[in-house]
Amino acid sequence: MSAIAAPTPAPSRDARPGLVRLTGVELRKMVDTRAGLWLLITTAGLTLAAVAIVCAAGNAQDQTFRSLLEVAIAPSSILLPIVGILLITSEWTQRTALVTFALVPQRGRVLIAKLLAGLLLTLAAFLLCVAVAAVAVAIVNADVDDVWTISGALVLQDLLSIAIVMAVGLAFGTALLASAPAIVLYFALPIAFAALGALSFFDKIADWTDMTRTTSPITSELLSGTEWARVGVSLLVWLALPLVVGIWRVRREELR
Amino acid sequence: MIECDGLTKRLGGRTVVDDVSFRCEPGTVTGFLGPNGAGKTTTMRMLCDLSPADGGTARVLGGRYRELPNPGRRVGILLDASAQHPGRRGREVLALAAQVMGVPETRVAELLRRVGLDESAGRKRVRQYSLGMRQRLGIAHALIGDPEVLILDEPANGLDPEGMRWMRELLRDFADRGGTVLLSSHLLHEVEATADRLVIIGNGRIQAQGTRDELLQGSGTVVEARDEAALRAALDAAGLAARPGSDGGFVVEADPEEVGRAALAGGVALRRLGVSEGAGLEQLFFDLTAGAPDAFPTAAATDTDLTEAAR
Repeated sequence: MSAIAAPTPAPSRDARPGLVRLTGVELRKMVDTRAGLWLLITTAGLTLAAVAIVCAAGNAQDQTFRSLLEVAIAPSSILLPIVGILLITSEWTQRTALVTFALVPQRGRVLIAKLLAGLLLTLAAFLLCVAVAAVAVAIVNADVDDVWTISGALVLQDLLSIAIVMAVGLAFGTALLASAPAIVLYFALPIAFAALGALSFFDKIADWTDMTRTTSPITSELLSGTEWARVGVSLLVWLALPLVVGIWRVRREELR
Repeated sequence: MIECDGLTKRLGGRTVVDDVSFRCEPGTVTGFLGPNGAGKTTTMRMLCDLSPADGGTARVLGGRYRELPNPGRRVGILLDASAQHPGRRGREVLALAAQVMGVPETRVAELLRRVGLDESAGRKRVRQYSLGMRQRLGIAHALIGDPEVLILDEPANGLDPEGMRWMRELLRDFADRGGTVLLSSHLLHEVEATADRLVIIGNGRIQAQGTRDELLQGSGTVVEARDEAALRAALDAAGLAARPGSDGGFVVEADPEEVGRAALAGGVALRRLGVSEGAGLEQLFFDLTAGAPDAFPTAAATDTDLTEAAR
């Protein structure tokens, strides 16, 4: 009786790379260049520094978990969008898109992987902020009531605040496909827009469309229904619009 | 297997690739030749679905490139060796590709060795690489998925003579094991020794294509001696028709061995004897590249060792 060995199912050469794998690749691309790695190290360093300064020099009222977490996420809310922008634009600036899209011709899948990677990085950064703030509160042990009190909803709003700016950074990068213009416009456009808001006729419009204005209370208080609506409307302008333009561009861009 | 059928591309009102059709069969190396700006790169990018075609079809392994589920495992591509992030280490470039394709990362060290980059080169960042090292890295990148087809755009650019010989052997070996190779060059001498077939493109149109032997045949032998009169007499005595060559000596309608025997019989010491490189092909190339200064050296013959022939 000769047993015929069942062919071991070799991992197929032709298996399409899954989104999990592609997201892993994009996360790796964020840390495997000197520029990317230092940007993240800088963000972490500034987080520690900001919290340390408030602990050393701030008054006791500011040394609660709630306010230290707000301090801790400030560096991330400025620097993470740059990580997001570069995650997209460096493929064009350094021309690695040629290789990336030769290996994965479905460009939309690469974009989705980049968005997921950006949001995972945001989550990781947020967890670091929570840890730093918690350790700081424990060390300082300020003599105020309710030092640990924070509502779960506010923690989520804190997380959402950096997820939003990361997503907007990714959207700007996708729309512009060039590092320098994307970074400059990401910071300059909101300032210009805020200046417009100073005009009286535009003030009411800015209440709904100026993202800096609509999201400013997000880390300090629970938002009301109207405030959520304003955040949503402003994100249509600052997130959805550039993202749609960007997806359209990436899908049809000629690669040279 | 690569098939282009009527590929056409218009950019800014100019037709940069115009009705280009050719096939590359398994087991062969096809040289895609043409001056800079002739449309080679654009054609190759349309093949890989990186640039949409305005007309015609391109098929790789029987279908559209973008329909391959995991293209890196079937088709190895090197389109631009400089298109790498300068801040990334060489081995990391390969490791990323391996991860996308689902190839074990142990392949990275293996491939670095195979293309002649040692461990310390693998640790260096691409910024520190010479163009030749980038080409080697790019070839490793193309090979890491163990593909059946190679599409390489100007892979010899920046390689030293030793590197070019290495690449020639690598591509020959790849094709001999049943692979299909398409490589482009703007230098005839870079591909003539490797390619079985040549596709020549100029101004976006195919100018000539066929096997290397077809395109180079009938061109005869180039022979030269210090004593031209004696050589002429020896050739006449052997009944070989000869005409003056473009840069001295004679072009003879015969193979080098016959010419060598004639010279031996006539007692003439040769200083050059070689296969002429197809004057027609060379002239075509010259016309295509006129005005492009770096394009095409005008050496008329592949020089062989003459001392032997003259003895």
